[in-house]
Amino acid sequence: MRHASLVNREVDPATVLSAVRDSRCGAVSMFVGTVRDVNEGRRVSGIDYSAYIEMAQAEMDQILAEAEERFGVRSIAVEHRLGSLAIGDVSIVIAAAHEHRSPALDATRFVIEQVKVRVPIWKLEQYDDGVSEWVDPARHTGVTGA
Amino acid sequence: MSTVTVQLFASYAESFGETTLQISIPTGSTVRDLIARIRLLPGATVLPDSPRVAVNRKFALPEQQLGLGDEIALIPPVAGG
Repeated sequence: MRHASLVNREVDPATVLSAVRDSRCGAVSMFVGTVRDVNEGRRVSGIDYSAYIEMAQAEMDQILAEAEERFGVRSIAVEHRLGSLAIGDVSIVIAAAHEHRSPALDATRFVIEQVKVRVPIWKLEQYDDGVSEWVDPARHTGVTGA
Repeated sequence: MSTVTVQLFASYAESFGETTLQISIPTGSTVRDLIARIRLLPGATVLPDSPRVAVNRKFALPEQQLGLGDEIALIPPVAGG
């Protein structure tokens, strides 16, 4: 089973977990990303996620296919939420099932790292002082472009 | 010459004040040629040295040639997850 989706509703980790469970598998690994209240020392009040939806879907499908190929997971799923999220809301859930723990854990890690560099999703961070800014993860490491 | 439509998102859409750009380029132009044209427009200061471009929903190299009907987008720094 392979499932990638972008949704405009709450993401429920339990639902994603159920979707990947497989009686052949002794390990299910899950990553849950949530909105935190501070970034770069500034108080965050919320995040607006937006995407180039058609390409984001295609990239997420491709990443899951690569994860299957590399780690041999029996089933794998990712759900990414778009729209306005509040502090503590779940933005992404990734779950992978394998007979053994190591490939399950590696696959989950692989998917989140790939999502962060190649899926066209953007976040507009809202701060407590009323200012909002587009987040550029590379800016903080001195890297520009790609 | 032909006209291509370039989709803009997030910080790029904000900087250009548009969600799409119509750009005239000579037939046989590459991604690099297209970026050079876009750099002449107001709002282009937002672009990094090597902006990422997607053609038909895949990241494209600067030397990739553009064809009629290609779906083209400028991809700002991504921040999913």
